[in-house]
Amino acid sequence: MIEVKDLVVRYGPATALDEVSLHVDDGEMVALIGPNGAGKSTLVNTLSGILKPAAGSVSVRGRLAHVPEGRQVFGDLTVEDNLRLGGRRYRQRDTGPVHAILPRLAELRHRRAGTLSGGEQQMVAVGRALMSRPDVLAIDELSLGLAPLVVADLVTHLRELNEQQGLAVLLIEQNARLALDLCARAYVLEAGRIVAEGPSDELARDDRLAAAYLGGVVADAE
Amino acid sequence: MLSDLAGYLVTGLGTGCGYALIGSGLVAVYRVTRVVNFAQGAFAVVGAMCASSFLSVLPHGIGELAAVAVAAVVGLLVGLLATTTTPQSALIVTLGLAVFAYAVEVLVWGDQPRSFAGLPGAVSIVDTRVQAHYLLIIGVTLPVFAAMAMFFTRTDTGKALTACASNPYAARVIGIDVRRMGLLAFTIGGALGGLAGVLVTPVQQVTFDSDVTLIVNGFAAAILGGLTRPAVTLVGGLLLGVTQALVAGYGNAAHQTEIALGLMIAVMIWRAIRRPETQEAPA
Repeated sequence: MIEVKDLVVRYGPATALDEVSLHVDDGEMVALIGPNGAGKSTLVNTLSGILKPAAGSVSVRGRLAHVPEGRQVFGDLTVEDNLRLGGRRYRQRDTGPVHAILPRLAELRHRRAGTLSGGEQQMVAVGRALMSRPDVLAIDELSLGLAPLVVADLVTHLRELNEQQGLAVLLIEQNARLALDLCARAYVLEAGRIVAEGPSDELARDDRLAAAYLGGVVADAE
Repeated sequence: MLSDLAGYLVTGLGTGCGYALIGSGLVAVYRVTRVVNFAQGAFAVVGAMCASSFLSVLPHGIGELAAVAVAAVVGLLVGLLATTTTPQSALIVTLGLAVFAYAVEVLVWGDQPRSFAGLPGAVSIVDTRVQAHYLLIIGVTLPVFAAMAMFFTRTDTGKALTACASNPYAARVIGIDVRRMGLLAFTIGGALGGLAGVLVTPVQQVTFDSDVTLIVNGFAAAILGGLTRPAVTLVGGLLLGVTQALVAGYGNAAHQTEIALGLMIAVMIWRAIRRPETQEAPA
């Protein structure tokens, strides 16, 4: 579904991604974890075509939808308009299917997106991405700034989408425990390079990774 | 006395419509591209000059529309140059193009004031005679603003433009071509500027450097709404036009531009005091 090979992305002289390779298969949920500034957002922005690779290749089979970091809803527009813009490539832009998955968005449809809470805005961002009827969803920081209950709700919705509709997910997360719980496979990105990859349960047992990422999460939760 | 006032009000509203159109052109471009387009006044001059030429061969209505179309194309061309760089640099690009436009205008149309006939005749309003053309200006401008509001809030393209204005990064994320939308905004800005020039010229002659008065007043109107709100720009333009007409009528016509500048500075100071940290949200 997503195939990234030896990808190099630069901002001027600075190298943000250095020969990164990863893949996401059909219907698979894959996590990409790593510290701030590791290049996670750069990778998603390259996948969605906003940034151009300096070398290597990115190929996406099917339609990729991007839920950007910080939600990035259209604050001046209503929830309904946000959703419809997500489906703007289609003549038929019924928001019903998205409302069925995220019922809260039906209640909020006439509210201006800028007036919503963080969790509600994240739902709008996910809903807007779903409106493009994607085969794979790249989510940049699902949980950032959200209350644990809100995150749990979103995770439930994601699981449903994955199980019932076969939606593939590339999940970028600072909360490594959440990411490893949700996804079967994971990559660890540090300073623009993939430093570890494998099944989530194996990575979770890795002492060095546990110390670097999972320890921090426990502290965050308290 | 009352009849004088009514006359000043109508002429003021007519002139104010011109400012509001220029101002809304600035707003259309700024909202989508964050470029303060100093060539906005030049669109009006180009529109007016073209109309003065076209109307010697074309009938009324068609000649004016053709002139507005030329102004829209000029808007697109300015946009093509201005959107290749950062909004800050683009401001200088548009300023340079506005000066360059002087050269072209003088070359093609000369440096003497030009005008053409508008709606003929005069109407009586509370015992005072007002040129009927002022009513035409108002009668065209208000529906144009209503249509713009419909376009930006009801149509797909309008919503995509609003989306670019609201969050350019998110617009790119969902696959909107932000540069193309910027060019569309410049084209709309060109058309609005051209319309202002075409409408106002029959009651106010236009010269190649009329753009200064137009942009100063248009900018003053637009800054009232923080360069982002068309409706406030309309109100601002009308207020400015009426104030100037009253000052000219009861006082001294030479102080018209100072009023616009004074208002603009007052609004900017007030905004700065009220919300000192107000800056553009990071993209």
